[in-house]
Amino acid sequence: MKSKIATYAVLSVGALAFLFPFYYMVVGSLQTSPDPSISGAFPHPSNLTTANYTAIDGRIDLLQGLANSGIFTGGVILGTIVFGVLAGYALAVLRWRGRSATFALVLLVQVVPFQLLMIPLYVLIARDYGLSDSYLGMILPFFINSTAVVIFRQYFLQLPKELFDAARIDGAGEFRLLWSVALPLVRPALLTAVLLTFIGPWNEFLWPFLITKEASMQPLAVSLANFISTIAASTTNPFGAMMAGAVVLAAPAVALFLIFQRYFTSNDLGSGVKG
Amino acid sequence: MSASVAGTAGRTGGDPGRPDRAPGAEADTDRRRRRRPFGAQPLGILFSAPYLIFVGIVFAYPVVFAVWMSFHDYFFTAPGAQVDRPFVGLDNYVTALSDPAVWRSFGNVGIFLLINVPLTVVLSIVLATALDRVVRARTFFRVAFYVPYVTASVAVVAVWLFLFSNTGLVNNALGPLAPDPSWLVNSSLAMPTIALFVTWKGLGFYILLYLAALQNVQRELYESVAVDGGGRIRQFFAVTVPGVRPATFLVVLLATITGANLFTEPYLLTNGGGPNGASTSPVLLIYQKGIEQQNPDVAAAIGVVLIVFVLVIALLQRRFVGREES
Repeated sequence: MKSKIATYAVLSVGALAFLFPFYYMVVGSLQTSPDPSISGAFPHPSNLTTANYTAIDGRIDLLQGLANSGIFTGGVILGTIVFGVLAGYALAVLRWRGRSATFALVLLVQVVPFQLLMIPLYVLIARDYGLSDSYLGMILPFFINSTAVVIFRQYFLQLPKELFDAARIDGAGEFRLLWSVALPLVRPALLTAVLLTFIGPWNEFLWPFLITKEASMQPLAVSLANFISTIAASTTNPFGAMMAGAVVLAAPAVALFLIFQRYFTSNDLGSGVKG
Repeated sequence: MSASVAGTAGRTGGDPGRPDRAPGAEADTDRRRRRRPFGAQPLGILFSAPYLIFVGIVFAYPVVFAVWMSFHDYFFTAPGAQVDRPFVGLDNYVTALSDPAVWRSFGNVGIFLLINVPLTVVLSIVLATALDRVVRARTFFRVAFYVPYVTASVAVVAVWLFLFSNTGLVNNALGPLAPDPSWLVNSSLAMPTIALFVTWKGLGFYILLYLAALQNVQRELYESVAVDGGGRIRQFFAVTVPGVRPATFLVVLLATITGANLFTEPYLLTNGGGPNGASTSPVLLIYQKGIEQQNPDVAAAIGVVLIVFVLVIALLQRRFVGREES
């Protein structure tokens, strides 16, 4: 019994440490004047306002930022779902020359660090292809998420092969097999892959920061970062405005993961790790 | 780009598409293979083609280009301009490595790893073990732990700036114990604070990895330790820790790669690697030298050196952490 209490105590301390900054973000975004004292962590009715949200929206266009983040993220998810599923299916179900080499490549790509790619990608995409300040330029390096390919492959592998043999005997082509037999059976994998893919571009800062100079094209993460590093100081309540922007940027991701939490468990990730 | 979940993933899978064949049909198969140079289902190549083209454009070519660039005198030009970019041997590497700022940034990553990696391993293994034991409120704790991981760095950096500012909540709570100068503007505390931030932000993901690994630890082992009179603590060190060793190797490796990729935190949290370069990361330098100061060749050389360092560290980790359990 004592050890049960100790276990819950450890978990609760952890949960507090992880959640408190989020609570403080919301409280800070609603304060008329920043109150960093300890009692300031509890909202005081006389010190509450939504002015910080209006203030930051006046400096950076929050809606435009959200729309840009949405297009960037949506493009990556679309590419991953369409082409990632195709690749995962080919790697798990079809038999073709070069299959194992391709799978080795999928694994290799995931350990190529971005710091090596950053300069050449910038030269290629921004300078040579002239894709700076465009959605295409933002999306391109992330277009197909390799981790998602591994997850798709893993789920397709778990389907019984008799299923495919039977459908082939019935004369179904590979496209039909994929679309109406395999895909409906791996729907949970699709959700897991979408969640995992979502975190990348929605939260990505470095790449869109490099290639978007025009404010109207910047995803919210980039415009909020610019606000923090250069503009915030000139507002009446800099921390309040920063917290308001942070809430707007964090809310969609947090909401998505709260709603779909059961598709983001250790089992889903473990399938890619346990081997 | 930290979501390389499956870094070492995946079994190489049986051949699920292979139809059963009667024994003795090998010669027949050989003949068929000669007739079908692309395998039994060449459609696989078509299905994988978009992915392969993507990898070619976004990974393979840029990697080769980066190495090429680091050995040539490369500079930005107007699009389409034909200029001579002579081979300069190791000049870019000499320029990069004779710059004390570069060495300092590597040293900063070293400090970062010394704090972040042990802290990440210990905290995530403890929290995952605790989470594995409870039934009630399990989902709440799991979600609470990974919320920072799924949130944009830029958003949580903003809160940390607020919390750790000179007159922030943390210093108020510490009262006379508050460091002077404050956390993010103190040259000996800036890098540790960044390491603490990254540990906090990424921990949820590593907890999930450990949770998956814990499912593979045999329950009987705990019982046999209990029979020998071992308590929870002994069970933890005698069974859990060795049982999740492969996961530990993966966690150490991913944490190292993340550490070598630091950019957003020093850029925003310590206002561009301050104070006075005390928290500059190599990637921040690559950005400053390559794009702000327009020396992409030197920046590419720093990138190559950094990768070599990471590879060496990864091999050492494999040697000491990743030994196959018998």
